[in-house]
Amino acid sequence: MEILDNLALGFSIALSPWTLMLAILGCFIGTIVGALPGLGPSNGVAIMIPITFSMGLDAVSALVLLTSIYYGAMYGGRISSILLNIPGDEPALMTTLDGYPMAKNGRASDALVISGVASFVGALLATIGLMLLAPLLSRVAYEFGPGEYFALYLLAFATLGGISSNNQAKAALASCIGLMIAMIGLDPNSGLPRMTGGNLHLYDGVDFLVAIVGLFAVSEIFFFIESHGKSSAVGVIVGKVKVPWKDIWDTKWTMLRSSFLGFFAGVLPGAGASLGSFMTYMMEKSIAGDKGGFGTGVPKGVAAPEAGNNSAAGGALVPMLTLGVPGSGTTAVLLAVLVTLNITPGPTLFTDRPDVVWGLIAALLIANFVLLIMNVPMVKVFVKVLQVPPAILLPGVTMVSFVGIYSLTGSYFDLLLVVGFGVLGYVLRKLDIPTVPVILGILLGHQMEKQLRDAMVLSDGSAWGLIYTRPTQPEDISYIATGLLIAAVLGFFAPIFLRRFLTKPQRVSD
Amino acid sequence: MGRLSDRIFGLAMICVALVYIASAMQVQVSFLSDPVGSKAFPIGVASVAIICCVVMILRPDEEPDWPVMWTVVSIIISVLLLVGYSYALKPLGFLIPTAIVSGALSYQITPKPIRALLTGLGLSIGLFVLFRYILDLGLVPFGKGWF
Repeated sequence: MEILDNLALGFSIALSPWTLMLAILGCFIGTIVGALPGLGPSNGVAIMIPITFSMGLDAVSALVLLTSIYYGAMYGGRISSILLNIPGDEPALMTTLDGYPMAKNGRASDALVISGVASFVGALLATIGLMLLAPLLSRVAYEFGPGEYFALYLLAFATLGGISSNNQAKAALASCIGLMIAMIGLDPNSGLPRMTGGNLHLYDGVDFLVAIVGLFAVSEIFFFIESHGKSSAVGVIVGKVKVPWKDIWDTKWTMLRSSFLGFFAGVLPGAGASLGSFMTYMMEKSIAGDKGGFGTGVPKGVAAPEAGNNSAAGGALVPMLTLGVPGSGTTAVLLAVLVTLNITPGPTLFTDRPDVVWGLIAALLIANFVLLIMNVPMVKVFVKVLQVPPAILLPGVTMVSFVGIYSLTGSYFDLLLVVGFGVLGYVLRKLDIPTVPVILGILLGHQMEKQLRDAMVLSDGSAWGLIYTRPTQPEDISYIATGLLIAAVLGFFAPIFLRRFLTKPQRVSD
Repeated sequence: MGRLSDRIFGLAMICVALVYIASAMQVQVSFLSDPVGSKAFPIGVASVAIICCVVMILRPDEEPDWPVMWTVVSIIISVLLLVGYSYALKPLGFLIPTAIVSGALSYQITPKPIRALLTGLGLSIGLFVLFRYILDLGLVPFGKGWF
């Protein structure tokens, strides 16, 4: 009963009033951020990171706050999907398909409650899945050497790009841009500057927080200037919130199935919550058949994507914590937090810092119940927030981002970089080049290069060192590395062929 | 020759990648190096980028909806405002630049002068109170030696 002992440890950390308060605060901010169109989980977490650091929170508190925001945003995304027909964040895209028709049929509050309960089921099962699967995976991860890690990074880039874009060349280019930016600064092996152009400000490299805030938060304001903040009036009326017990009972199998599928979509490196909600909706639609009436506003059509997206959000934490490879955009941002807090994610995390891991898991369980309360009885509060006009909101978000970065680094140069990344993000998104691989590249670039170089040192410069990874047994092939490399190649090229059968919804980059 | 956006971006990125490779060639190598060295990885990544750009140039996607001229101008104005803000924050303090920039941004999104003015003032003061007194960040309200 090791898990129960660990959980007890976790709850002893998470149940302190301070941590509890942070979890509630995080849930609240997260739901708002998720509900607002244009701001998704990655923006929410990105904006809050600098503030978290400036407040001087310790590792556990910072993680609890930020992952509560993450979970909260996943819950909140459905609110504007249902009420405005605009997804509050990327994974909530599928919820518009049945959520908005339900709202137009006068069942807005039912749709909100059903999707809230589905989110709860999905997130709860995923957190339990995380508890069971993560320690197992961390044991496998002990087998990993430099060659395996390099293959794993390659897999993450190949699949993240493959799923989040409609054009493989563009996705790969995005990863390359990120990796190229990561190389700027001092070479960790030799200590000599690279690619700095002699600019002293660049000797420390480009901080990924700067890139994240620029690409995710500042680029958003340009989009709002372009659209002049149109189309954000709540057109449907939310009646008295009642719990439609019968609908919830009828969708129980949908919720369970979707939670399982979503969780595994989340665990796959690079796939993330958007894929989770997409796959679950498609699965339930084909199970229900034509009689199911998907697309006309049926409860199952709301429950499936929400359970899927929230369980994928939990699943995406598994590779991030055990291997240090994020499964989605937001977990990439969370990984940045861990690295900055001097916590090395990976198999050793579970043995070295059980307080962090189990404190986090306990906090997620608590956050889930808090979110259920916030998103079912109190959902009208968040409907009110949706009525804040973008002309007030977006300048506020931008200023918070700037002050956050400034208070962290105190350097005007970093602010200029934020603006630069904002412009870059705008251009990339216009050209349908995904921005998440850029972040991942900046984040993992150093590690990826280091693992490659270490692998080559072990094999004395032979490229076979990528597969024959153990110097002690040079004739034994490493199945893990080989499998990961094959998966990377397949993961990169498969979408080119599958795209004919599966048309991805646009703009997927949770 | 339609679909220019992808081609122009591809061409620009090829130039960037070539400059990047050229500057990677210049990287000093320390006397104690590993088999891969400091140059190989950056050059490899930039080469992959060039391949991707060539694919983008040969098989470009549909043209995105670029905004109309006026909108481009307002986006450029906002970028300049934010650049100015980056330089102004230290010498002028928090309150005045924040009020001006957030008001201006608000006006760019929805051109309502009164609301923009109130947004600027409200955000500047509200965020200052939040950051300084609740979150306890070291923000300077005005430039040094004004009062």
